[in-house]
Amino acid sequence: MIIKGRVWKFGDDISTDHIIPGKYKFKTIDLDELSKHLMEGVDPNFYSKISKGDIIVAGKNFGCGSSREQAPLIIKHAGIAAVVAKSFARIFYRNSFNIGLPVIESKDLVDYVNTGDIIEISLTDGKIYAKDMIFDFKPIPDFLMKILEDGGLVEHYKKRGKFPWE
Amino acid sequence: MGMTLIEKIIYGKIERHSSPGEIVVLPIDAAMAHDGTAPLMIKSFEEMGAKKVWDREKAIFVIDHISPSSNEGTSTLHKMMRDFAKKHGIKLYDVGEGVCHQILPEMGYVFPGAVVVGADSHTCTHGAFAAFATGIGSTEMAAVFASGKLWFKVPESIKININGKMKEHVTSKDIILHIIGEIKADGATYKAVEFTGNTIREMSMDSRMVMTNMVVEMGGKTGLMPSDEKTRAFLEGRIKVPFKELKADENAYYSDELEVEADKLEPVVSCPHSVDNVKPVSEVEGIEVDQVFIGSCTNGRLEDLRMVAKILKGKKVKARTIVMPASREVLLNAIKEGIIEDIIMAGCALGVPGCGPCVGGHHGIPSPGDVVVATTNRNFKGRMGIADAYIYLASPIIAAYAALNGKIIYPR
Ligand code: SF4
Repeated sequence: MIIKGRVWKFGDDISTDHIIPGKYKFKTIDLDELSKHLMEGVDPNFYSKISKGDIIVAGKNFGCGSSREQAPLIIKHAGIAAVVAKSFARIFYRNSFNIGLPVIESKDLVDYVNTGDIIEISLTDGKIYAKDMIFDFKPIPDFLMKILEDGGLVEHYKKRGKFPWE
Repeated sequence: MGMTLIEKIIYGKIERHSSPGEIVVLPIDAAMAHDGTAPLMIKSFEEMGAKKVWDREKAIFVIDHISPSSNEGTSTLHKMMRDFAKKHGIKLYDVGEGVCHQILPEMGYVFPGAVVVGADSHTCTHGAFAAFATGIGSTEMAAVFASGKLWFKVPESIKININGKMKEHVTSKDIILHIIGEIKADGATYKAVEFTGNTIREMSMDSRMVMTNMVVEMGGKTGLMPSDEKTRAFLEGRIKVPFKELKADENAYYSDELEVEADKLEPVVSCPHSVDNVKPVSEVEGIEVDQVFIGSCTNGRLEDLRMVAKILKGKKVKARTIVMPASREVLLNAIKEGIIEDIIMAGCALGVPGCGPCVGGHHGIPSPGDVVVATTNRNFKGRMGIADAYIYLASPIIAAYAALNGKIIYPR
């Protein structure tokens, strides 16, 4: 799986409240509607600036706070191809695989790239190519990779008739 | 090598030793989703083509986040939950029953050794009962509802040993805020945080739950406390399984250990806009306060309301103050003790048991520029429904004094 795209850079501790304020999620589960508010807590016009295939690169503890799955869902729905961060909050990390959004931990990438740079991620090899540098990351466990390839846990179950742990 | 508390709970389920980093599959004893997460869970459950809920007794819905509903969109989502609950014969706690994390222990879903998952990040609260409890997302919850199992990575454990008698006006909230200020918002990411020491032993269950509740604010996977006589007293008559004492072995391995001298601590607050921005109350004294919120799964229990009523009794609040008991049981007991009368007579607004202003979804949203003191667990920008509000997290004591004086003061 190769992902190539343009970087949008963010800082540390981006919470799910920043990604999608709680007030919206109680009213609808319509992703077209919710996506318009993507990253509203940090950059109110973010949704209008991005294009399909872009990549979010952030600091530590990305996705902290509430367990709302709407956060990774609208990131994916808005067309973001992957999120690379120094570290992720654990529920956000699990949720991302379950809905089919690739998320990658890289301690150093964020300090090296800027918004607008083009990077390439090879999920299978565990490498990120940015300008003249290559950053390695820990390969994603097999069963999570399968969920990702199937497009999330729902599709995985539909396709295989059982969960990875059954 | 001995086992940490979480390793013991896992051992109880798979009947063999496990070590940190290993992936294990555990059977689930209780699985909960609320009105913020259940609608997506239902959607995933149906899209998967799952036919039935694995165990009707162990799957729970709670309507607490926007409760009662304030708009048509939410009402439609609530109906979706009620329809699902009816179709599958699962229990739904509806409007007015209270916050999910208070209801689960009250209704006997939580016990020492249990594995509890909630589609809510503060599910770690239930670790106060020596359970392994953690938050998951909606799609995973759909998978749990269908299969009754889930995979977990066995976490490393951190031990926080707390000893000493707290000074007057210092509560378990001050201890946990102090710890988060030290460890920071991501300091315990993926880890199990185990609390021990004589300060914990002396604490009521109400106080203990405040601490495990906030473990996720330092990134923790779950918070845990050994079970003892106090755990037993709370659970008696509520749980269906026999009670057991559960604690870590003396020679268990911890990736980190922290000592806290509770007798040296002062009252503290988390300042805007992050939970780990912790300062002693004495440093922020005098800041004018527009709104006070007392409630939530952190500090909306009977003991909290008792502290508040004691301070407010016979006086009048200066700041706009909203009080919301964490559950119907808490409210009823507070009425019986005369606490509610004291609180209302002091000029507070009483809300329906539920999450209320904590999450900024329906009511109690601060006005632009407001300074808020809340007994809740998060003060991120926009958390209470408006970006232009400045939220200080505090104990019920500090909140009650702020209500009374219209500003943050150090209680003397
Ligand atoms: S009271 Fe607040 S923190 Fe607790 S479950 Fe409700 S919204 Fe979440």
